Amino acid sequence: MHGQGFFFQAFVYLTAAVVAVPIAKRMGLGSVLGYLIAGMVIGPFGLGLIGEEGKDVLEFAEFGVVMMLFLIGLELQPSLLWRLRKPILGTGGLQVGATAAVITLVAVGTGLPWQAGLAVGLTLSLSSTAIVLQTLSERGLMRSEGGQTAFSVLLFQDVAFVPMLAAFPLLATGMTDLGQGSVNEATVAAGSMGSVQRAGEAAGHATAWAEGLPAGSQTLMVLGAVAIIVLMGRYLVRPAFRIIAATNLRELFTAAALLLVIAISLLMTQVGMSPALGAFLGGVVLANSEYRHELEGDLEPFKGLLLAVFFIAVGASVDFGLIGRDPAVVALLVGGLILLKALVLFFLGRAFRMGLDQNLLFTFALAQGGEFGFVLFSFAGQLNVLPPETTGLLIAVVATTMALTPVLMVLNEQVFQPRIGTKEVEETTADAIDEKGEVIVVGFGRLGSLTGRFLRANGVKPTVLEHDSDRVETLRALGLKVFYGDGSRHNLLRAAGAEDAKLLILAIDEQDKIRKVLDAVETHFPHLQVLVRVAGRPEAYELLDRRVHHVYREGVETALRMGVDALRLLGRPAHQAHRASRTFFQHDEDSVRELGTMRHDRAAYFSAARERISTLEELMLSELETEGENRDVGWDTDTLLEEYGQPDP
Amino acid sequence: MRNETINRILVLFAHPAFHRSRVNRVLVEAVKAMEGITFHDLYDAYPDFGIDVASEQELLVAHDVVVFHHPFFWYSTPAILKEWQDLVLQHNWAYGHRGTALRGKTLFNVITTGGREEAYRAEGHNRFTMRELLAPVEQTARLCGMDFLPPFVAHGTHRMSEEEMSLHARDYVLLLDAIRKGSFDFETARSVQRLNKDLQGLIGG
Repeated sequence: MHGQGFFFQAFVYLTAAVVAVPIAKRMGLGSVLGYLIAGMVIGPFGLGLIGEEGKDVLEFAEFGVVMMLFLIGLELQPSLLWRLRKPILGTGGLQVGATAAVITLVAVGTGLPWQAGLAVGLTLSLSSTAIVLQTLSERGLMRSEGGQTAFSVLLFQDVAFVPMLAAFPLLATGMTDLGQGSVNEATVAAGSMGSVQRAGEAAGHATAWAEGLPAGSQTLMVLGAVAIIVLMGRYLVRPAFRIIAATNLRELFTAAALLLVIAISLLMTQVGMSPALGAFLGGVVLANSEYRHELEGDLEPFKGLLLAVFFIAVGASVDFGLIGRDPAVVALLVGGLILLKALVLFFLGRAFRMGLDQNLLFTFALAQGGEFGFVLFSFAGQLNVLPPETTGLLIAVVATTMALTPVLMVLNEQVFQPRIGTKEVEETTADAIDEKGEVIVVGFGRLGSLTGRFLRANGVKPTVLEHDSDRVETLRALGLKVFYGDGSRHNLLRAAGAEDAKLLILAIDEQDKIRKVLDAVETHFPHLQVLVRVAGRPEAYELLDRRVHHVYREGVETALRMGVDALRLLGRPAHQAHRASRTFFQHDEDSVRELGTMRHDRAAYFSAARERISTLEELMLSELETEGENRDVGWDTDTLLEEYGQPDP
Repeated sequence: MRNETINRILVLFAHPAFHRSRVNRVLVEAVKAMEGITFHDLYDAYPDFGIDVASEQELLVAHDVVVFHHPFFWYSTPAILKEWQDLVLQHNWAYGHRGTALRGKTLFNVITTGGREEAYRAEGHNRFTMRELLAPVEQTARLCGMDFLPPFVAHGTHRMSEEEMSLHARDYVLLLDAIRKGSFDFETARSVQRLNKDLQGLIGG
């Protein structure tokens, strides 16, 4: 600590982020690289604003990775996960196996004992979930085949990390006791993956439950924990959220969402599993729930902020001192690592018949060391599997390759892809991880539900957001895809797929809410075409002023249908009455647009109430004037009779 | 002189099930964005038949050549194009003493038929030729003082190959282009059976 306390640290981190990220984004480098560079600048080898405590921050911020996997799980329906089994087990397994084998051979070739070589090989076969997924989703590549395969491989690596941790003590040549003690150490190290364990320590529960138990019981405990997550997600979380949502206290919902992720992490840590994996599982279980989008919207900012801190900490932890002492060796190791991993990935992509463009994306995305490397190398150092100077060097190499990943992605996008005539990503959208609709309907009451049903009847499946939790429950019981949430927050709209949607249908009552949604859309999703239901003329005027073109006043069509039926009951011909209503409708719509612009001059003189009366007067008068404006004269014979006289009998 | 002026062309397209029509999609794609052509899809503009007479009349005034582009339904136009004629071609505007708005303009049909050309002959299945069946349109044009030309017909759409479609599309473009630039032989055209039978002869000069 530099002694300035929490606020100073927060100030440094936030300033670095706020300054570096916009610059990096403007240069087309993406936010991840921006954060990494910010970290390097403020780190011990840059301005020195943050020192060794960067490592503590790193551990804390890894909770961001946990949240990210929870959110990814939320996006992934169980059925989709099942469809990804081949890339996860096949591609993922082969990637870890082949990469570990190649790197181990190289390491042993340079003179390391085989145990040390294997530790290096296994560790370096893992890639960085945080950097890869953030970079991919920022560039909109998660849906592509390459992006999905990369994601699958990362998922496998998350699973593989746990047995690796357990196996490392077996590699410790110096140790004679390979039994209980070493497994316990592995468990403790697994716990230190996240900040959760630290919280546990603070509360006086330093030991994991699984500690001291035989391996069989440990497996049982892990399975039990998984079962608890699935069952709780199915039967406990949803009713609990329903009660919380009914309180209408937004912050309570946020608190509950955070509690959920932290609880899962604690549980997984206690049984010695990766908390990220547990969170992912919890997310998948809740992927079908009505609270999915609200959860996404609530957790997204936390995830974003924690990941940002995580990336800054990674940047700060790149040991330039070590690199400076032996730049040639570090450069060789970094280059060699990226090259070896890329070659293995490329051949795998070939073997699984990926197109060249997707294969290159996949290759460049995963050709780095990962944050698991920090944990595994430190652990290997403690176990004396690797000498301390080697672990220091390797951690520097891993951090450097992570920092280079966004650069490689930019290189891929701007140098390689243009040369091979990249195909449109759209071709693969059918298999996309997140199947989001083209249409979002906000408000599923009287009107919204009719529009929604009509769209569904015509093969358009809208994503529906509804703020009344009772109604959500009823509608879901009927088998409709309705999500709980208030469309006025851009996070929730984003979670509902506003970035990829084409239309937003707004069917909520309160004009104030409508304003908020429109504000959010204007700022964050200007591409969305908005269709808005409003109560009446004044509300329509306001929206037309805001350049919303598709404005629908409630009741107009109903009023005219009633009018048509009234005319028919009075004996008017049906077709004529119908056409009269269409003419009236057109006239009425035109007058809204006309009077809407005129009313500004008058507003200064009349009170709102008088304005309404005078508008109505004006309307009635203009109806009289247009009496002669009959569009159906082509059917009339009057003028013909005038010109040609009476027809022959 | 007609041959020296540039003709503005208005294509009035009518097909109630356009999304299911293979041939018309190709034809429409070909001419839709052509320079100097106004393409006006009636079913798209008036899904509930609420034809805006005033704006339709303005469109007619602003063009020299009017094309009815449609499939042949019951030996006639689709319903909306008939409604269009009933409402837009008003007495004392299009015809009658004071009805001179369309004088000197040209009208012809671009038609797709499922049946093959042999069917539209006296001895054929449909017993009348296309020109005979189009007599109501021809007389409508005459009454409005317009010059009526024989139709451009794509016969046999039920079994039309992709190549045939693109040939028809090419001919359609060539025809409109020649008319637009004024290099079209209106004189000879009046007496042919259909404009696309010997198109080269008509657009050559």
